[in-house]
Order: sequence, then structure tokens, then C-alpha cells
Amino acid sequence: MDFDFTPEQKMIRETVRDFAQREIKPIAAELDRTERFPIEIFEKMGKLGLLGLPIPEEYGGSGADFISYCLALEELGQACAGTALSYEAHISLASMPILHFGTEEQKKKYLVPLAKGEALGSFGLTENGAGSDAGGTKTTARLKGDEWVINGTKIYNTNGGYAKYVVLTALTDKENRGISAFIVPTDAPGFSVSKAYEKMGMRASNTVELILEDVRIPKENLLGPLHRGFRQFLATLDNGRVAIAALAIGIAQAAFDTALEYSKSREQFGKPISKFQSVSNKLADMAMHLDLARNAVYKAAWLHDQNRPYTKEAAFAKLFASETCTQTCLDAIQVLGGNGYMREYPVERHLRDAKLIEIGEGTSEVQRLVIARQLGC
Amino acid sequence: MKILVLVKQTFDTEEKIRLQDGQVQEDGVRFVINPYDEYAIEEAIRIKEAGDAEVVVVSVGPSRSEEALRTALAMGADEAILADDSELFGDEYSAAKVLAAIARKDQYDLIIAGNQAVDDGSGQVAVRLAEELGIPHISTLTKLEVNGNEVIGHRDAEGDEEIVKATLPVLVTAQQGLNDPRYPSLIGIRKAGKKPLTHVTLADLGLTAEEIARKSEVVETFLPQPKTAGKILSGDLSQQVSELVTALHSVEKVIG
Ligand SMILES: Cc1cc2nc3c(=O)[nH]c(=O)nc-3n(C[C@H](O)[C@H](O)[C@H](O)COP(=O)(O)OP(=O)(O)OC[C@H]3O[C@@H](n4cnc5c(N)ncnc54)[C@H](O)[C@@H]3O)c2cc1C
Repeated sequence: MDFDFTPEQKMIRETVRDFAQREIKPIAAELDRTERFPIEIFEKMGKLGLLGLPIPEEYGGSGADFISYCLALEELGQACAGTALSYEAHISLASMPILHFGTEEQKKKYLVPLAKGEALGSFGLTENGAGSDAGGTKTTARLKGDEWVINGTKIYNTNGGYAKYVVLTALTDKENRGISAFIVPTDAPGFSVSKAYEKMGMRASNTVELILEDVRIPKENLLGPLHRGFRQFLATLDNGRVAIAALAIGIAQAAFDTALEYSKSREQFGKPISKFQSVSNKLADMAMHLDLARNAVYKAAWLHDQNRPYTKEAAFAKLFASETCTQTCLDAIQVLGGNGYMREYPVERHLRDAKLIEIGEGTSEVQRLVIARQLGC
Repeated sequence: MKILVLVKQTFDTEEKIRLQDGQVQEDGVRFVINPYDEYAIEEAIRIKEAGDAEVVVVSVGPSRSEEALRTALAMGADEAILADDSELFGDEYSAAKVLAAIARKDQYDLIIAGNQAVDDGSGQVAVRLAEELGIPHISTLTKLEVNGNEVIGHRDAEGDEEIVKATLPVLVTAQQGLNDPRYPSLIGIRKAGKKPLTHVTLADLGLTAEEIARKSEVVETFLPQPKTAGKILSGDLSQQVSELVTALHSVEKVIG
């Protein structure tokens, strides 16, 4: 048993913290208010090698382990959750499937620019009829000669308005509901995106609809085996779940820090409110849940780094961290009282951002299904 | 060209100083590269990138200082030396002696240091080192130009600028504004673990404890008094002046 990080993991965390605190945190409230995607931050992250953090060096990445990637997400999440969500989608949802299922040529052509930060990636699974039930996919891909012709609409697509490549799923075998995955360049004729959704939280992250009308892509852009894209994405979702859970830890930490500091300086009835038991008990519970959630995330990330099965632990981490995060933000608002409800303090934003993590990449209900299935229920 | 950069690991400037039994407490504290040394490292790496130079970073300090050196390696330095043998620790005099012994082991054309360390704030180590080595120094630089053997330093002279020329070898110290230090790249961090970092001891340097023994003693360490409310003098001008003079004599006791 060893709860220490390696010197390299520590240094990565410190560097990302410095970057996030200096470059992102000061503009987080403005990004939220104006719903602006900070493309300039992504350019800087690309130069630092952050956009390919867990991607091997041979494919343009920095070659760090999954724990380091989670530490980076925690730091980014503390500064601006929306920015961190777009970062996570770029790596876990767009780059990882290419790393794991792509051919050598696909990795050279698509993964290298994504990892180097020369291009942004997105991932399109969700459709009107395909949310929790990804099997409900209606987008189709038909092979015509040397090309796939894709038709359909993807909704709630993170990064879609800025992405150069989208990894998406489409039906390739209607009778047997065979679903396959494809790499689609967004400059392909017939590809368009809607105007960005107006969201409750995660407002710095760009979310759009993808519209595909007779989009033609080369035959070799099929990602992974034909008709089996669905399974692939289940595998992708495992690592994405751990990553987004790390993001939840970051948000919860930020909310907790604000609440703790506030409770020590705000005085009522002649003493700091942290001296009232109902407030200090709340802070104690918040600290405990946050620590346990963090341990769950690190354990799942560690299992991933050890190449061991971690489906159940990934679901534990995602479920517990996201629910802890929302509760921590609610409690933080309560500790701040009226100030907590105001835009002037960051905790109401944290709450709005937090809620997404109980929905995206598999709802809490779906996580419980995954865990139950792992238990053989 | 070979460049030596002096690096000290210091408290993060945002940390609160806690004292216990007259000792500054280090547990739970975040340590960083002394901000002035960050300018020094950045400057050395820029010289390296512009031409052909090898950058060695050196620190005299406890083993935790390795983190600071690894960060410098991640930023782009080539090699690190850590004098973490506690027998090498003393005051500014001792540090300069130790650094001189390390510097003499090689041929450095340029030595760059921070103008001061934000913890002790003595501003002595670097200039003492120049003296030990018998080379000139230019301090508090806001701009540095190196052309062949010639060095031109723009120094911050209390708000004015002084332009000083020197020939290598020379030691210079960095002032805020010299450059904008980079973040280490993630790939740089991964490579830093594999770059050479040598630990040196008193024996390695051929020094004796007497030679480097401290010349000064810390008598007491205490936190500054918390600020109390100021006093605004009132009345006509001559009244205010006489009240002020009385206060300076008898209350603040700044004039005897
Ligand atoms: C900001 C944002 C960004 C997103 N980014 C992306 C992206 O980049 N790419 C992408 O593909 N998708 C993305 N999504 C979509 C997201 O993954 C889905 O919203 C999510 O999977 C839930 O699907 P749904 O919205 O259709 O809800 P539904 O599946 O309709 O669920 C509605 C409710 O029913 C419950 N439910 C459904 N089925 C079951 C069941 N079997 N048992 C118990 N309860 C059930 C759910 O838990 C939920 O409470 C994003 C969503 C948001 C909000």
C-alpha cells in the first residue's frame, strides 16, 4: 500500500495548478456569465502538452499515466469546470478511442494532431432517441464504393463547434442493430453544427448539435471493428467516468475551500460561524465525503494504470464523486447563507456545474445499473 | 558556453509563516522555486535556445530542494547539482563558499542567480560567490544581452536604469521583469526525471567544516507585530508638528 504520488505526478499536478490558477481561474466567472468557450486557453494548453497528457509520446502526447491525468482534471476543475469538461471530452471521449481502437495510420493522422493540441476533438454518441440507451442510435452509415455516407443528428455534443475531428457512432447493420464508430473531419461537406445550447452550468464548455447530411468519409475512417462500435464505447466510457469523477473532485474542493474559509471569517452572535456545531458538523461531513470520493477516484485510476479490470470501481468513483460534489456545493451555499446564493461568490456556479456530472457520461441511475450488473444482479 | 544557475527552494509567497519554539514550521507548506531564481533559470534557457549553451542548476539546501531542481530541469536545464549534505549548511558566507567549490569543479562562463531569496531576503549569496571566484558581477538585471564574450546588463538602479558592460566570465543577478518564466511543458516534466542530478557532500567538495563555518548567528526569530490602528494628527500645522516630534521621541522612540 502506498498513498504517495510519484515525484513526476506531483510535478505535473503543481504545474497544472499554477497554470489553472493563473490563467483560467481569474476568467472563470466571466466565461460562465458570457457562455464563452476559451479557445485561447486551449491553445496554451496545447503548447504545454496538456491536451495529450495521457497519450503516449509516439503519438504526440506527453505519455503521463492516468493518475496524472486525473490530478490535472482535479486542478482544472477547481479553476473552471466548463473548461475542464471540454478538456476531458477532448481526451477521454475523442482521443482515447482512437488510441485504443485506431489503426496505426489513424493514430498518425488523427491522434497526433489531437494530442499535440493542433486540433480539438469531440465525441458523438447521444441522439434524441439514444441517451442512456445508446442502442437507440438512428444515425446511419452506408458504404458506397470507397466511402461511408453518414446521415443523422447528434445532440449534446461537447466541443462540436470547435472540433476538427468527431468520433461518432452510427448504425451499420439495421437488422442486427450493429453500431460502428467513425472518425469524421468536421470540414467534410454536409457536416454542420447548430448554435450552442444555453445551459444551466458548464457554460464555458461548448455544447452543440451535430447535423450530418450525406457526409462522405473515406472507407478507412471506420474506427475499430465493423458493427461492434457499441462495445468499444462502453470501454471508452469506463476511463471517461474516472476522469469526469476527478473533475467532480475539483469542483467539490473549490466549493469546500470557499465554505471553510468563509465560516472562519464570518461572525454572527459574536463568534465565527465555524464555532457553531451545526456549521462545523456540516464542514466535517463535507471534508470526509470529499476525501473518500477522492480515494475512490485514485483507486479506479490506479487500477487503470495497472491494466486491471476497473469497470465497477469506475462506476463507484463516478457515482460517489458526482453525488458528493453536488451535495458539497449545496452545503457550501448553505454555509455562506445569502452570499452563497449570489453571483458574487463562486459557489452557486459550482453547484450549477456540479449537477452535470450526475448526468453526463452515464447518469447516476445508469451507474447503479452498471454496479449491480457487476455484482451479478 | 556553460551556464550555472543558482536555485533556492523557498516558501510559496502566499504561505502563512507559523512559528513554534522560535522555529519556522514547514509541515503542510507549499514550496516553490524562489521567484527571482525562476527569472534566472528562464534567462539561461533562453540563452541556450538562442545559441549553444549548457545549463547546470545548483542548489544548497535540504533534500526537498530536489523538487525545485527537477522543475528547473523540466523547464529545460540540462543537469542539476544538489548540495544537501547538512554539514554544508550555514549562513550566506557558508553558502557562497560551498557554491564556489562547486563552481570551481567546472568552467562556467556565466553564472546567473536571483537578486535575492524571498525567504531570508539577504541578497548576499550571489555577490559573495562572485567575490569568492574573483569574477565581476552585475546585479538586479532587467535585461541581459550576451554577444560572444561581451555581456551587457541593464540594471534596475532604484527606478533608474544603469547599463553595464562586462566580459565573460561574469555573474549576474535577476530582477523582476527580466523575463516571463515559462511553465514547464508536460513532456519536459517527464524528461526531467531522467536528466542527471548529482548530490554532493562536504567530502566531495574537499571542504572542511571550519572553512565554511557560519559567520553569523540567528539570535531570535519572531513574527512582526500585528498592525494597530494609525493615528491622525489634528489641529493647526505647528501644533501637529510639535505633536509629531514628541511622538517620535517618546512614543515611537525613533529619534533619540
Ligand atoms: C452538458 C452536456 C454535455 C454532453 N456531452 C456529450 C458528448 O460530448 N457526447 C455525447 O455523446 N453525449 C453528451 N451528453 C449527453 C449525455 O451523455 C446524456 O445526456 C446522458 O447520457 C443521459 O441521456 P439523456 O439525456 O437522453 O437522458 P435519458 O436517458 O432520457 O434519462 C432520463 C432519466 O431517466 C433515467 N433512466 C434512463 N434509463 C434508465 C434505466 N434503464 N434505469 C433507470 N433509470 C433510467 C436516467 O437516469 C435519467 O434520470 C452531454 C450532456 C450534457 C448535458
